[in-house]
Amino acid sequence: MFDGITLGQYYQTDSPLHRLDPRVKLVGTMAYIIALFIVKGWVGYFLAFLFLATMIALSHVPLRFVVRGMKAILIILLITVAFNVFLTPGKVLWSFGVLKVTKEGLVFAARMAVRLIFLIIGSSVMTLTTTPNQLTDGLESLMGPLKKIHVPVHEISMMMSIALRFIPILMEETDKIMKAQMARGADFESKHLMQKIRSMVPLLVPLFISAFRRANDLAMAMEARCYHGGEGRTRMKPLIYKGRDIFGYGVVAAFFAACIVLRVVGL
Amino acid sequence: MSLKIDDITYVYEKGTAMSVNALDHISLEIPDGQFIGLVGHTGSGKSTFVQMLNGLLAPTTGHVYWNGQDVHEKGFDRRKLRASVGLVFQYPEHQLFEADVLSDVEFGPKNLGLSEAECKERAVEALRHVNLPEEFWDKSPFDLSGGQQRRAAIAGVLAMHPSILILDEPTAGLDPLGRDEILNMVRGMKEKLRITIVLVSHSMDDVAQYADRILVMNAGKIMMDDTPEKVFSRYKELEAIGLSAPQVVYIMQYLKERGLPVKTNILTVDEAVDEILAHRGELNV
Repeated sequence: MFDGITLGQYYQTDSPLHRLDPRVKLVGTMAYIIALFIVKGWVGYFLAFLFLATMIALSHVPLRFVVRGMKAILIILLITVAFNVFLTPGKVLWSFGVLKVTKEGLVFAARMAVRLIFLIIGSSVMTLTTTPNQLTDGLESLMGPLKKIHVPVHEISMMMSIALRFIPILMEETDKIMKAQMARGADFESKHLMQKIRSMVPLLVPLFISAFRRANDLAMAMEARCYHGGEGRTRMKPLIYKGRDIFGYGVVAAFFAACIVLRVVGL
Repeated sequence: MSLKIDDITYVYEKGTAMSVNALDHISLEIPDGQFIGLVGHTGSGKSTFVQMLNGLLAPTTGHVYWNGQDVHEKGFDRRKLRASVGLVFQYPEHQLFEADVLSDVEFGPKNLGLSEAECKERAVEALRHVNLPEEFWDKSPFDLSGGQQRRAAIAGVLAMHPSILILDEPTAGLDPLGRDEILNMVRGMKEKLRITIVLVSHSMDDVAQYADRILVMNAGKIMMDDTPEKVFSRYKELEAIGLSAPQVVYIMQYLKERGLPVKTNILTVDEAVDEILAHRGELNV
């Protein structure tokens, strides 16, 4: 029933980008997104394109997986472009009733579209090459300084990883309960709204009970292993920067600096 | 009332690198009145196979016929089929949801569109068949013990009056006493209600004394389809696929190898005792 859904969108393979420390990828993605809004000229966008293309090539992820993320924002993209094309004041090129296409509008819309597309694809490359667990580990490590102001960083990231871990389990459970109720003649395909709502009860009650049971079991198992929060906790796979990670930061910094230079020069 | 499976295959994750042939060209017939044991190692395709029998899964290729009709033909009422071919999933107690046991058992009959009186009648009858005492009927299903919950859940399928009842690992997670209770209850239901039973298990000891036909599944294929005696006589092959014959079979084989002229096609401990006693004193060592 849920065959098509994969959580996150991690693509399993081995590539230089997969091996990179998740913190480098997180910081790199942030820097890339900011850089997209720094550059203004076409040379700058071309540089951003080159950077992205290199990253995709380095990730060894097939292109169709990379662009799949675009599907979700296609409509938003079209609406944004349409509004910008028609509603930006400036030198009129064509007019069609109240709709006016201006030169400024075209330029603005194109810039907007390029930014959005690069932004989505850029963050897709990160989620495609980093497992959800690595991501939460990276976030926890990057947010480490916040512990000084008593933000429960470890607890937040633990909750995030548990939630992520349980999504596929609960989906499988939903599928199982649905089938068990269908074997008792339940109808989940009814078109009537009222019936549809009522048919959810035999699904949701067992699902909630199962979620609570699993939460209980997990809490017990964690306590049995003396879990007591983040204080003094060590990791099985500690995040340690290696040479390639320093190099990665270097590349990101160089790209970021180049973008600022281009902005100042006005290209 | 018969179920015919004609050359079905089922492929998970078709077209991806993870594609798995869960079922591989299976053909067989399930006539009325049999007690069938379906045995196989974890991952052999048992659970996938039984979901084919009531139309919950559609085969990738091949057909399933109920009384000669293809169940995946357009217009075939699969909900009716699911009433006739009752499927009790693994850990069926996880499907309970109503406020009291009786209403939960009535869920199936209600989905068939029966009147309230009929639903209640069927629920009461089903609860009697699974030996759940009346004092539990208006309790919340979540206040029952694990074994009682399981029996209530089996009653929920039984109340639909299936002519074939499939039980997927009905003894999983029960202690030996609970296991025997469930298995004896299933046999009782077969005799009283004259329905066909398909008992899925990974344990030969579970099915040995009850089934009159055993299907052995391995890697999506039906490897053996025979009487228990014949299946167990091939215990070496069973071991090769991670199964084993019932323990008595091994004892009898061992005694025979050591020179005691006993029969080896014995399935229960009681039979074994009689056979060994009958040959008392014949062994000259």
